[in-house]
Amino acid sequence: MDRRGFIKTTLVAGTAALAGNQLCAQDTRQPEEFVGILVDTTRCIGCRACEIACGEVHDLMVPDVLNDGALEKHRDTSDKQWMVVNKFETEKGEVFVKKQCMHCYQAACATACPTEAMNQTMKGPVIWDGDKCIGCRFCMVSCPFGVPKFEYNEWNPKIQKCTMCFERLEVGQKPACVAACPTDTLMFGTRVQNLEIARHRIYSHPDQYVHQIYGEHEAGGTGYIYLSAVPFEQIGFRTDLGNTPYPEYTKEFLYGVPMVLFGVPALLLGLNALVGGSEEGSEGSFDFEAKGDGGER
Amino acid sequence: MVHFVIQEMKPRGPWLTPFNIISIPVILTGLVILYFRFVYGLGSVTNLSQDTAWGLWLGFDVVTGVALAGGAYVITFVVYVMKVEKYHSIVRVTVLNGLLAYSFYAGALLLDIGRPWHAFNPYIGNSFGFSSVLFLICWHFLLYMVAEFIEFSPVVAEWLHWEKARRILKRLTLTTVILGITLSLLHQSGLGALFLMAKPKIHPLWWSEFLPILFFVSSIYAGLAMIIFEGTVSHKVFRDLIDPKSHHSFDDIIFGLAKGAAIGMFVYYFLKALLFIHDKQWTLISDGWGYWYLLEVIGFVLVPGFMFAFGFRNRSLKTIKVAAVMALLGVVLNRLNVSIISFNWYSQAHYYPSWQEIVVTLTVIFTEIWVFRWVVTRMPVFTSDHRAR
Ligand code: SF4
Ligand code: SF4
Repeated sequence: MDRRGFIKTTLVAGTAALAGNQLCAQDTRQPEEFVGILVDTTRCIGCRACEIACGEVHDLMVPDVLNDGALEKHRDTSDKQWMVVNKFETEKGEVFVKKQCMHCYQAACATACPTEAMNQTMKGPVIWDGDKCIGCRFCMVSCPFGVPKFEYNEWNPKIQKCTMCFERLEVGQKPACVAACPTDTLMFGTRVQNLEIARHRIYSHPDQYVHQIYGEHEAGGTGYIYLSAVPFEQIGFRTDLGNTPYPEYTKEFLYGVPMVLFGVPALLLGLNALVGGSEEGSEGSFDFEAKGDGGER
Repeated sequence: MVHFVIQEMKPRGPWLTPFNIISIPVILTGLVILYFRFVYGLGSVTNLSQDTAWGLWLGFDVVTGVALAGGAYVITFVVYVMKVEKYHSIVRVTVLNGLLAYSFYAGALLLDIGRPWHAFNPYIGNSFGFSSVLFLICWHFLLYMVAEFIEFSPVVAEWLHWEKARRILKRLTLTTVILGITLSLLHQSGLGALFLMAKPKIHPLWWSEFLPILFFVSSIYAGLAMIIFEGTVSHKVFRDLIDPKSHHSFDDIIFGLAKGAAIGMFVYYFLKALLFIHDKQWTLISDGWGYWYLLEVIGFVLVPGFMFAFGFRNRSLKTIKVAAVMALLGVVLNRLNVSIISFNWYSQAHYYPSWQEIVVTLTVIFTEIWVFRWVVTRMPVFTSDHRAR
C-alpha cells in the first residue's frame, strides 16, 4: 500500500474507532449490595395500600380503592400508575399479585436506551432521566416484561415506570409501597438477603409454596422476586422468558462492531488494490467516462 | 450567485401533472397531521399503544425505507472497489437516491420519537449509550449521510461550476465509499439487531438470533431490486434528461443487477431454510402465521429469485422487472412482519396503522420524490455536465 493508501486506512479506521470504542464498560457493581423487594403473594390481602402510596409519593393517579372495582379486571401498569395489584382465581383460591418494573439485574431497557436516560444505578434500581430521553421507545420494545409506559397524549411525553423510590432510598427510607404494606407481603432489602429469606420460607413450609422463586433466574435475575403458592403461570407471570440476561442477545452483535469497523475497510482497500491498483486519477472518479472503456468516446 | 440560486429554485416544466395533483394535497394533509402530532402528542394521530410502541413510522419509514436504500452501498462497492465500470453510469443517480432515502427515512425517526428536541443527545454530552444498538444506528445514519453527501458533492460542485472544489471532492470519493460501505453493513444489520431483545414478543418464525445477518443479506438484493425499479421508472419519466447512449447500456446493466439479485436471494433463502430446519420449526407452519411465513419466504423470495435467474439467462427484461417488484414487496413484507405484524402476535389487540400514519408516510415518500425531481432536473445526475468542461 502506498502512502496515500496508508493515510486513508488510518483515517477510516480512526473514524471507526470513534464510534466503536468504550463499547462495554466494565461492570463494577457489587452484587451483594443490590437491593430489591421480595413479594410473598401468599400474604397479600389485596388492600392496595401500596397503589395509593405509590400514586401519592410520585404524584401519579391515586386510585379510589374502595369504589373503583379495579380488581375485577386484570390491569397493566400505565403511564398514570407505576404499579397495580391484580386478583387471580387459582386452584388455591384468590391470589393477589403486585405488578411493576422488575428492576432486572441486567436491564434490557437500560441496555437498549441510546442516551442512558434509562439507567441502571449502582445499587440496582433502574431509573429514568427526562433530560436525556429522546422518546424513541426502544426501552418499551426491549423490556421482556413490557414495563416502561409512554405518555402518548403529551406534547412532551415521559416514560413512566417504577423507580423503586430511588429518591427515598437515597435518604435512607424504604420504598413507599413497602412502607405502606400492612401484611409484610413486601420486604425491602438486599437481593441476597431477600433470596435467603425466600429460600428459607420455601424450606420451612414446603407445601405452602411452589418451589420456585420467580426472579431468581428469570431474564438473568431481577431485583423484585416473588414467592407463590401456585404455579406462576396461574398468577399472570410469563414463564417463557428464559434465564438469559436480555442484554446478552445484542452483545455478540455489538462486539462484532469494532471488528467490522476495522476489518472491512482494510478488506475493501485490499480488494480495491487487487482489482486494479490505485494509480492517481482513476480512483474515486465520479465521472461517466471511466478509464476502462475509453474506446467508446 | 444569489441570482443563480433563485433561478434554480423556480419550478420547471408543467405544474398539473398527475403526480403533482396527488402529491400536493397529500403533503399538505401530512403537514396538518404533523402539527397535531407535535402539539397533542403521538397518541392523537397514531394507533400506537403501550404494547405496540413502534408502528408504521418506524417499521416502514425507517426500518423498511433504509433496507430499500441499500442500493447505494452495493453499487459503490461494485464500481469503486471492484471497479466494474459497466455500472458507472448509474452511480450518481443511485447515490442520490441513497442520500435522499436516508435523509427522509432515517429522518422520519425524528417524527416518531417523542422528544425530538433531545435528538442530539446521543451525539453530544455525557449520554452515550454505548451498549445500545439504537445508539449505534443513530451514529451510523449521521455518518453515512455525511459520507453519501461527500460522494454526491462533486455533482453539486459541477452544478455550481466550482471546478476546483469538484476536483478536491472527487479525491475523497474512495475514502467515503469505503466508509459508507462499512457503515451500511453495520446499520443494515443493526436494524435487525434492534429486535433481538424483543425475543418474547416476536413470533418465533421471524425472530432469530441471526436477524442482523438476515437483514444485511436481504438489504443487498433489496438495494439491487430498487435500482432496477427506480432505474426503469426514471428512464421513463426523465427520458429526455438521459444520455441516449445510456439507454442501451441500461438494459445491459439490468441483466447484471438481476444476476446479483438472484444470487443474493438464493443465499438469503438458504439462510432462512437453514434456520428453519435448525430450529425445528415444522410445527409452527400449520397455522395462519405459518402460511403467512411461507408466502413471504417462498412467494416473495424463492419465486422472484428464480425469476431473476430466468430473466438473466433468457434475456427477458420483463421477467426481471416483475421479479424486482416482487423482491421489493418481499423485503417490505419481511420488515413489516418483524417490526409490526408478528410483533405481539399472541395479543388480542392488534395494531393497525391509522389513516394519519399512512398519510404522513406518503408525505415522507412524496416529499422525497419532489426533492429527487428537483435535483435531477438541475444537476448533472443522469449525464455528465458538459458546461463544466
Ligand atoms: S422489568 Fe423492564 S423496565 Fe424494569 S428493569 Fe427490567 S427491562 Fe427495565
Ligand atoms: S424512550 Fe427514552 S428511556 Fe426509553 S430507550 Fe428511548 S431514550 Fe431511553
